[in-house]
Formats: sequence, structure tokens, C-alpha cells
Amino acid sequence: MFTELNSILNTSPDSFSRGEYILVSETNTDASFLIHHFLSFYLRSRCRVCFLGLAQSFCHYSAVGQRLGVSLTQAKEKGQLVFLEGLKESLSVLIQQENIPENEAMNFLRNPSVGLKSLYEFVYSSVMDSVCMEEGGEEWGPPVLLVDDLSVLLSLGVHVGAVLDFSHYCRAAVCSKLQGNMVMLVRCNAEEEEDEGDEGSKALLRGLTHQCSLNLHVHGLPTGYCKDIHGQMEVCWKRRQGDVPHLQTNLFQYKVHDKGASFFARGMSSAVL
Amino acid sequence: MAAPMNNVCKPSSERLQVNTTSFQKKTRSKLISIPGTRPSVQNGQLLVSTGVTSLDYLLGGGLAVGTVLLIEEDRYDSYSRMILKYFLAEGVVCRHELFVATAQESPDDILQELPAPILDDVAVAKPVEQPRLSGEPQDSLDAMKIAWRYQNLPKVQSALASSSRFGHYYDVSKTMEEEIRQAATFHRFYLPDHVTPSSEAHRVESYSALLKSLQEVIQREGFDLATPMSKSRNILRVGLHSLGSALWGDDLCCHDKPSNSHALTTFLYGLRALLRSSLSVAVVTLPSHLIQDRALMGSITRLCDNAIALESFKGSERETNPLYKDYHGLLYVRQVPHLNCLASQLPDHKDLAFKLKRKQFSIERLHLPPDLSETVSRVSRGELAGVASACGSSASGNKNLDF
Repeated sequence: MFTELNSILNTSPDSFSRGEYILVSETNTDASFLIHHFLSFYLRSRCRVCFLGLAQSFCHYSAVGQRLGVSLTQAKEKGQLVFLEGLKESLSVLIQQENIPENEAMNFLRNPSVGLKSLYEFVYSSVMDSVCMEEGGEEWGPPVLLVDDLSVLLSLGVHVGAVLDFSHYCRAAVCSKLQGNMVMLVRCNAEEEEDEGDEGSKALLRGLTHQCSLNLHVHGLPTGYCKDIHGQMEVCWKRRQGDVPHLQTNLFQYKVHDKGASFFARGMSSAVL
Repeated sequence: MAAPMNNVCKPSSERLQVNTTSFQKKTRSKLISIPGTRPSVQNGQLLVSTGVTSLDYLLGGGLAVGTVLLIEEDRYDSYSRMILKYFLAEGVVCRHELFVATAQESPDDILQELPAPILDDVAVAKPVEQPRLSGEPQDSLDAMKIAWRYQNLPKVQSALASSSRFGHYYDVSKTMEEEIRQAATFHRFYLPDHVTPSSEAHRVESYSALLKSLQEVIQREGFDLATPMSKSRNILRVGLHSLGSALWGDDLCCHDKPSNSHALTTFLYGLRALLRSSLSVAVVTLPSHLIQDRALMGSITRLCDNAIALESFKGSERETNPLYKDYHGLLYVRQVPHLNCLASQLPDHKDLAFKLKRKQFSIERLHLPPDLSETVSRVSRGELAGVASACGSSASGNKNLDF
């Protein structure tokens, strides 16, 4: 959990707004540190978390989580965290083996044109479980869905429309029906000249930006590579005050450390001052 | 030997020790030491050497076990193939097992061309010499005047011992000797043996056949982390040559809009899944200059952990450019991973050039030579000529010498 980011977003583990769809989009850089932040944030605030870790293995997330102060293995044992390890489950689908049972959620690998219906059903069942659990256990907060990352689904052959449908169904289930939160990571290659190359991820980014309520857009510095400033982050809120949608944008620069990330206004990096 | 229970899931979360000294700390949990590996100083990950010491330095000390290094080939596939051969030769020297997959030529062709290691501490099986008997005091006194204590020990090692050094140097003008090569275990995958090139299934199945074969090797030879720990573990080095080329049944390199654009990316995803759950490391070369779709290259790069690109000067106008005369090509670091930590170890400089010397593949920061303009030297030559002609025969005082 990055304390500076909490103050930027005006949230804390004790009080955060519900029903939010937070989209983390990255262009030519790596914004997975924000996913680690949100994972540790929601685990600290005692929410029931469903995490689709498609990009990396479980040990990677739990090692980073330990540096940020949460233990993923403990959360899994207590039932607070439902973790889908995409890499491990995908092997049983990609290489057909008879004796190993496969997780239904990764069925789309066999035939990507089918869509993400089974993945959505996995999410729905794990999220609804938290609501229906009455006896025993502990009282958890609202359900939270975290996805890392949606662009992996695109490179596995799923169509953009299927990913947008999946995101919409999850939003309807998690954010609207159960008043939980959702955080998704998506990547876009910024190639302004070649329009035909990257239509898929650009269309996905546009569609998801339309659906989300808070967009954290991370990209590299426009002036080039710098060791002390790793990139720029744009925070766009979409708030409705009355009938008027109000768009507020803030720009920060950041640097990722071993145990966190520091955010500062443009030009205020400690390396410069 | 049993590793700590909670560290079974991934190699990079194991803390491993290399036996560099004979002093062994008494610990309750025995740590595994695999020859040819060392833990990283930054985050304790298990690293292997790529065979090129300057590339090891760029990647943060070495290649982490369980990761993929993507090398974007240069135009004639000369230097990327060289790095692949260095990687495989390092595996032979460190007694790791090798898995080589090619579609163009037989894997044995690559294995025949491995460079010879420069041996000073790599022991090779030699016939055992009889230790000198103490009944020949005259000779032994002449032989060792200072280290007389060791004169009764055998002079050569009689068994193959793996080198304790991390990273070796190779002489590219010689190929590896037969006896060193025989000692290593190779697994081969030659695509025409598995899938006939003209069949309909070729397009779809070549990558899945490769993935299946790799998984079989991993499970059969015991590299899988899920299998119970035996007394000795080893590393599997996987070399995949020219993935994505047309010979793998993929039309990524042929068309602007490939028909099955996610076959290679799905394979790379499966490769990452296999590597994360076993003690293996992979080097993949890819002819990226043939792929038109930059966005596809971006997603391929994201699915590999480390990525570098080579651009050689051969055949281009830069070969004769005096600015680049010290180097053979440029090297770009496209991606550096961050495994088990938030921040990655970014390289200090992004303008790197490489040079292949006989005994070393060196990667350096590109230094442009100082700009000595030609007018400086011409004036000095002209002045000398003017002085010479004034003292010599009657010249008209012109600065140009006629020969």
C-alpha cells in the first residue's frame, strides 16, 4: 500500500468509496506496481478479494505482498482471497492431459473465439460465495475483483468484444449488484503513425475508459528514459455531481522503490531539486 | 536434502548457496546448491550465466532461473546465433542439461559449433597419473621446492568436476572438444521429425508439439519443482532457435495481417508457465525484423521476461562509418524483468554496442570518438610541405605536393 497514492486518491483502508471501477492503463511502461498496491490495500481493509493473476505466478505476488505487509498465503487460507493462477491452470488446457482435472475458467485457451463466459462464471461464483457465507468464518467487507492483466487475454487470442463484454458483466455483478470495487489493468502500445497495427488494444482501452469511474493512466516520460523518474501517471475521476458529469484530471510523476512508490508533482522529483 | 517447505513453489523464492568454500555452515534446513548457479545480490533469486559475462552484467548479474530471454535477431542471424551458442556452451561447462529446438537445421548442427571454453579451471577427464612415490626423493625435491607438502597428491583430477566459477570465456575460433561435449546430456527437438511440413496441422500444431515435448522432458528428467526433492538437482537450459519464422508454420513473418497471430503468444504463455514451475531457463531467438506488426512485437516482448535486440552493422552503411569502427553492432535492452519485487534493475545506459572478439563478446557503452576535423591535420601537413619546399628545390610555394 502506497501512502502517497492513498492521499492522492483520498482513500484509506478504513474508508473508501464503494461501487468503483478503477482502470489502470499503461502505455509503453509497466504499471503492475499499482496492482500490487490495490491488492495490499483491499486485503488490509478486510475485503473479500477475487484476484485473477494471469500474468505472473502466485509466488511473485506473494513475495511482493510480503514486502508491502500483507501475506497472500494467510489470506488464502482464511478464505479472504480467491486466487486464480492463470499460468498454472493454463498448462492443463494447453497440453491435453487426461488425468489432471482442469479449471473451467481457462477454457477459453482451447478455443478463444468462444469468449470468456467460463471465466466470468468463475468470478461470479467466487464473489457470490462471500455474500452467502453467513455462519462461521469472519465478516469480510464488500467483494473486490482484481485482474492482472487484460491484455494477456488479447494476446491469447480472445477478441476485443469478448473482453469488453466480460468487463461489463463483471461490473454489473460486482460494482452495481454487490456494491463492490473492481480494478483492472490494461496495456496499450502507443503507435500514433500506424493505425492498423494496434486497433485491438486501442479499441479495448477506449471501451474500458468509457466504462470505468476512475482511470489511472501510466505512461513513460515524453522526454525519454530517466533513472530517477520512472514515468508519469494521470488520474482521471469521473464524478457525477447532480446531472453534470465532472471530469477531474491530475498529473503526477512517480518512482518505484523496493518497498513502494513515491509520487510527486511534475518537476518536483528529489533528484532534480 | 529437503528444501524448506514453503519455498517449493518457485525457484526464485528459494535461497540457494553455491559451494565456493569448503566451510559449511551448520544449518537445520539443508539448502540445495546447484553447480553453475549463484543467488542474486539484489533479491536472492537463483541466477545462471548466459555465457557472455557482459550480458550477465546487463541482466542484473545473470539470467534468473524460471525466466525467458528473448533475443531479437540481427539481419543475418549471426550474432544472435552466437549468443545462443554461448548459452549452450555455458550449459555444457556447468554440467547442465540442454534442450535445443530448431526448425531449419538439425539441432546437432548447432551443437557441433559450440565454442571451446578457455580452460584453466574446468577439469576434463584425463587418465589418472600415478602419484609420485616418496621413493624418488631426488625428483620430487627438484619438482616442488616450496610446496613440498603437496607433492604426494595426485597431479590431475581424475573425475569430471564442474567448475565453481560463474561465467566462463570462450574461444570462438575453435569448436568445443568432443570429450567435453560427450559428457553433457542433450535433448533435441527437430520440427520436421514431429510434424510433417506440408500437412494441414503444421500451422497449428508445431508450437503445441514443442510445448508438449518440453513438458515431457521436464517431467521425465526431474526438473519439475512439484516432484519430491532428490539428492541432486540440475538446471535445464532450453534454446529455441528462430521461433516465429515461417519454418515453424507461422505466417507472422510473411503477412501484414497474420491469420493465426496468437499462436506464438499462446506458446510463450505456456512456456512461461512451464518455466516458472521448473528449474529451467530459456533463450529464444526471434527474427523480429521480419515481423511487420509492432504491436505484436510489443505483446511478444511482454510475455518474455528479458528482451534484447541486436542490430549488426554488416551490410549496412554503418560498417564503413568511422564512428562505429570499433564495434560490430548495436544492442538494445527492450525489457528487464522485476521478479518477486516491485522495481526492476534498469540499466544505466541505453546506448550500447557490442563487439565480438576472439575470446570475448563485449558489450559496452557506445562512445563516439572525439571529433578531429580534417582541417586541423591538413594545415599541419601543408605547413610542413611549405617549409620543406622553401628549403628544398625552387617550388612555386604551392602547398600541394606533387608526387
